[in-house]
Amino acid sequence: MKKFLALVMALAMTLSLAACGGDTSGEQTAGADLKVGAIYINSKNDTAGYTFAHHSGIVGGMQDLGLDPETQLFIVDEVPEDKQQVLNAVDTLVGQGVDIIFGISFGYIDAMAEAATTYPDVIFSHGTGYLSNETNFNNYFGRAYQARYLAGIAAGLKSLETGNNNVGYVAAYTTAYAETASGINGFALGVQAANPDAKIYVKNLGAWADEVNEKAYAEELINTFGCGVISQHCDSAQPQIAAQNAGVFGCGYNSDMTADAPAAHLTAAIWNWNVYYATAMQAAIDCEGDASQFVTKMGGPAYYGGLKEGFVDASELTENCAANTDKAIAAAKKLMVDGEWDVFSGVKLSVAADGTVTPAEADLVDNAGNVIVAAGGPSVEDGVITGTMNYLVAGVEEV
Amino acid sequence: MEMDKLGVIATFIHNIIVYNIPLLYGTVGEIVVEKSGSLNLGVEGIMAVGAIFGYIVGCYTNSLFIGIATAFALGALMGLLFAALTVSLQANQNITGLTLTTFGLGVYFFVGNAIKAVRWPIMSDYSNIKSGFADLPIPVLSDIPVIGKGLFSHNILVYLGIVIALVMWYYLNRTSPGLRLRAIGENPGSADSVGINVKRYKYLHICLGCGIMGIGGYYMGLNMSGSFNSACWINGYGWIAVALVIFANWNTAAAILGTFVFGFFNTLRVSGSSLAVAFPEPLGWLAKVPTQLYQALPFIITAIVLVVTSIRKREGSGLPAALGLNYFREER
Repeated sequence: MKKFLALVMALAMTLSLAACGGDTSGEQTAGADLKVGAIYINSKNDTAGYTFAHHSGIVGGMQDLGLDPETQLFIVDEVPEDKQQVLNAVDTLVGQGVDIIFGISFGYIDAMAEAATTYPDVIFSHGTGYLSNETNFNNYFGRAYQARYLAGIAAGLKSLETGNNNVGYVAAYTTAYAETASGINGFALGVQAANPDAKIYVKNLGAWADEVNEKAYAEELINTFGCGVISQHCDSAQPQIAAQNAGVFGCGYNSDMTADAPAAHLTAAIWNWNVYYATAMQAAIDCEGDASQFVTKMGGPAYYGGLKEGFVDASELTENCAANTDKAIAAAKKLMVDGEWDVFSGVKLSVAADGTVTPAEADLVDNAGNVIVAAGGPSVEDGVITGTMNYLVAGVEEV
Repeated sequence: MEMDKLGVIATFIHNIIVYNIPLLYGTVGEIVVEKSGSLNLGVEGIMAVGAIFGYIVGCYTNSLFIGIATAFALGALMGLLFAALTVSLQANQNITGLTLTTFGLGVYFFVGNAIKAVRWPIMSDYSNIKSGFADLPIPVLSDIPVIGKGLFSHNILVYLGIVIALVMWYYLNRTSPGLRLRAIGENPGSADSVGINVKRYKYLHICLGCGIMGIGGYYMGLNMSGSFNSACWINGYGWIAVALVIFANWNTAAAILGTFVFGFFNTLRVSGSSLAVAFPEPLGWLAKVPTQLYQALPFIITAIVLVVTSIRKREGSGLPAALGLNYFREER
């Protein structure tokens, strides 16, 4: 019996070795055998939040391409933003023979850059970062400010309807990150397009996730600053729930938060991560085993999709929205999708009560009075929106 | 902008209590446990387990009372585990407590994600939970301006927490079982020699204390309107409770004061800018304090308290002499 067992085990080992050999023999990668690796900051079993959004996007993107997440997706999750731990995760995934590795958290940046040099045969794709190379390493992010502008229109029209010009915004950070600053500014400009008298009060959480204070800050904005619409840049739906409890309205973020606050929610600025993941995985398949072609196939080292690509959007409008919100949002969206206009430029849109949208030249001014873009001027560069935007536009007050 | 200045103060006081009462549950529970001579560092995990089961069972039965009872029972069950490991099996208390934190948070996410994958109960759908957790103003007292809303208009779990703290103070300091318990915490060998059943007392009070922590966790879940996300409801409050035990000098009544002092600084972060806007003359500077300092403030206070307490002489300290030491009868 023992002998038989030993024989079976030896056989199993030989076979598995042979299987490994097959993976590393450098044969061309076709769609059917693309192996996708992913490094997550939280658990892959999460049912809400940042990791959940990316995991859903990767699984969705794979399904779009006919790949099987059960057998072709390899995950290392709960990886903190620690260089050595990220490198260990990369080693694990490379050992499993993946062709492309997605790292979803900003702090993975140095490890991803280093690993891209260590493993030139593997594609590295880093979310929210800014590093890249010419061959197998890119970064990706989206024009969330465009979606926020649309949500801002919904909030602005609602503030006109209720006659309350005070709008609140619970922000993870304000001017410390271009991501948060551009989000606040995009939303504020959308609000002002509909209601030029609106004032946007921003609370700075100082943390990406702090559920207790996300709720407390929203309550503060409602009770003390009299805000009638609450927007947010944080994961949890606490600001929306607080808005509902207080009988005011709100715009969520990341995912449609209508279920959390059905009586308060107007629309949320949302991400469709699967749009990027499907694009990147298709590019990886098109590389046909030559990872160095990836950046070329992606059309550049930084992917920065917006409304046009469907990467970001405003979630389905609820019945809480003011009249003609749908018309106004559709019109503004069309201008951005067609590339005729963008948010941070010398042209401002003005939304009329009947939902028509009219562009007019105007200065883009920050809340200290500095002119950022003169009337009629071109859009602020993408590099500024993703990297160095550190001001809040006129009408926004941090409290 | 028109601003209700007195309203800002009332909200500030109200929030100090509403957002920090879970600390009181955690602290009182931990004091009861520590008075039996056991140092349980698993508060965070125990609160998390009480929270998740309390919330889910409470919602599905649509009963706040059953929610509270479940949270207590699950907290006590975690206490039973702790007692079995440390009292019967003589495991190291520090390590066991830390293990319970990891284990409790794991259970929290495992159960939460599993339920959410099927159907997550949304608090506003359960009328009895929602109305049960609503503010219950105390007649007459709640009509006093400012402090009426600030102090006397809270949900039932706030009142319950304060009642538990006072009852526990009476129990520990004015009853003979309380005296026996304290004797065990000071010197279990002597207590044993006068015929006190040390094991039974330890088991009972560890479970009781952990049950109280469980209710605190349930409170956190309700206060978050039961919205389950990638972050745990308890949010580090369990750890602060461990420090507050020292702040309160192992006195459950003083823990009420400790909670509010700590809560004052905790809430100042949220309400600071409102106070600054309402009272620009004396308090305008509050808005200029960076968020990071506000974030650090409660922990700076904790550090100061720990330093002050350690300087203070042994006399008058409520620290049980045998805290953290396992009692093994045969080694007596």
